[in-house]
Amino acid sequence: MSVRCIRTPATLSSITSSVTDLSLKERTVAPAPSKPTGAAFAPVSPVDIEARAVSKNFADTPIFSDVSFRLARGEATALVGANGTGKSTLLRCLMGLIPTTDGSVHLLGQQIDAATGRQMRGLRAQVGLVSQKHNLVPRLSVLSNVVHGMLGKHPGLRHWSHSLAPQSSRDAAMQALERVGLADYANRRADRLSGGQSQRVAIARAIVSAPKILFADEPCASLDPSAGEDVMELFFQLVRDEDVTVVFTSHNIAHALKYGDRVLGLAQGRIKLDATSASLDTADLRGLYD
Amino acid sequence: MIDIAPPRSGLVRFERPSALNFLGYALGLVVIVWCLAGAGFSLDKVASAPPRFADFAQRAFPPNLEPQVLARLGWKMVETLQTAVAGAVIGVILSVPVALLAAKGLIAGPWVNQIVRTALSFIRAVPDIAWALVFVVAVGLGPFAGMLAIVIDTIGFCGRFFADDMEATDKGPAESLTATGARKLDVVACATIPGSLPAFISTSLFALEKAVRSSTILGLVGAGGIGIELKVGFDLFDYPTAMTVILMIAIVVIGIEQISGWARTRIIGEQR
Ligand SMILES: Nc1ncnc2c1ncn2[C@@H]1O[C@H](COP(=O)(O)OP(=O)(O)OP(=O)(O)O)[C@@H](O)[C@H]1O
Ligand SMILES: [Mg+2]
Repeated sequence: MSVRCIRTPATLSSITSSVTDLSLKERTVAPAPSKPTGAAFAPVSPVDIEARAVSKNFADTPIFSDVSFRLARGEATALVGANGTGKSTLLRCLMGLIPTTDGSVHLLGQQIDAATGRQMRGLRAQVGLVSQKHNLVPRLSVLSNVVHGMLGKHPGLRHWSHSLAPQSSRDAAMQALERVGLADYANRRADRLSGGQSQRVAIARAIVSAPKILFADEPCASLDPSAGEDVMELFFQLVRDEDVTVVFTSHNIAHALKYGDRVLGLAQGRIKLDATSASLDTADLRGLYD
Repeated sequence: MIDIAPPRSGLVRFERPSALNFLGYALGLVVIVWCLAGAGFSLDKVASAPPRFADFAQRAFPPNLEPQVLARLGWKMVETLQTAVAGAVIGVILSVPVALLAAKGLIAGPWVNQIVRTALSFIRAVPDIAWALVFVVAVGLGPFAGMLAIVIDTIGFCGRFFADDMEATDKGPAESLTATGARKLDVVACATIPGSLPAFISTSLFALEKAVRSSTILGLVGAGGIGIELKVGFDLFDYPTAMTVILMIAIVVIGIEQISGWARTRIIGEQR
């Protein structure tokens, strides 16, 4: 059984567009809700991430198709779905790391497949990614790995290694490590960390450049329950205090409901669930895995 | 006899492989015999070789261990190793940018990859001694020509294998750095090269072994090093000295292989 909650951007944007039809003034005086949550308020907060009918095939194997959503600034979205439904693939498509087969992705108002290399780098410099596999550079220090997170904003030799980095960048990297509780490990070699430690370093690398958007692919997968809560709290804080737009994937239903303002569910190659977390309960999400 | 009807199914093909196979074996045998003929193979010479070899051994032993000869050869060996190490180090350093251009999907497009890889194949196809001859013509007799030959030879070897090493490293870190908005060059410097470093070190140590082996022989064409002593020894029928040279070369080459093996495990083995 699949869940389909009809509280989608499509419904609301059709309402807003009919309002706009009447007069532009009426639209601007539409009452703003006290606590903006969900895509419903896309006209109020700018849309940071938009997928329009995105499809992805690997060779001839379709992974997902016709995926559309609009995520507003300062919104936390949980992307859920069974193993192999294409969550990681979708995140990589959203960052333009792999091409989509069909459809288009807009990040911060810019269509990424139309962007030049330089524009794309500029966009990515404002986006952080925590990969499911952490992808730290082995043999380099933890601090160097975190300093690498600033390469988008500061290209060139000085951010190749922590020993070359300017003091300000090293301070920023240490601060990011402190936020994930690993300041004591700055000089440790990255391939000598435990799984959970390397995951937290990957998170530090993603947040060190103060991104506007943060994609986190199973950020708590290797973390013990308490470290997992800490990391989710950190994301929560980024969303609330710094207006960061967060998309995280998780197999932890409780996390998805607690920390996501909105839940997107992938199943059978489609978005089968798109709803505010407030309107969902555990059973709704379990339906995705059947 | 030979059934020329086309096989009707896979099964039929397996039942009657003998005709084609037989033809293949026969052809192989003909080629080998033809090669032996080309090599001037002669049973007479094989039969007469052991006594001649025994004669050589008798005249070569004991090797010449006179102190001043040993000192001269020792210094020549030092020069040989200097040539080898200098050539290998410069070659390895130059190989890195060359390999960056040769590796697919790093910084250069497929056309550049193909052109650079073809050039590297050409370099490898020309033997080191031929490069030494070319450089003797270009820069004159002496160890500098030998060093240049080793530089070129090392680029042909390391350029190709460094490129293969980089193509084979985990793409994950590079993807994650690309996701930070880093430029290609930064991604290569920060993720691809550190990821390939153990493979680079291993390949470089092989290049050093190869360079030492080459350097001992390049003297034959006047490109410096101990090889010239070998040639002089044989030319003057001074077999004991030639034997000393041969033994020294063997000891140094085996020694370098041991050191390089030890260094490989020390540097790479300590890692996971
Ligand atoms: N580079 C690739 N080439 C071919 N197929 C791929 C590639 N990457 C992923 N796939 C396939 O695409 C599908 C989706 O993979 P993806 O990693 O996006 O799943 P996921 O939803 O993140 O799963 P998980 O919950 O296990 O992380 C899988 O069936 C996988 O085998
Ligand atoms: Mg995944």
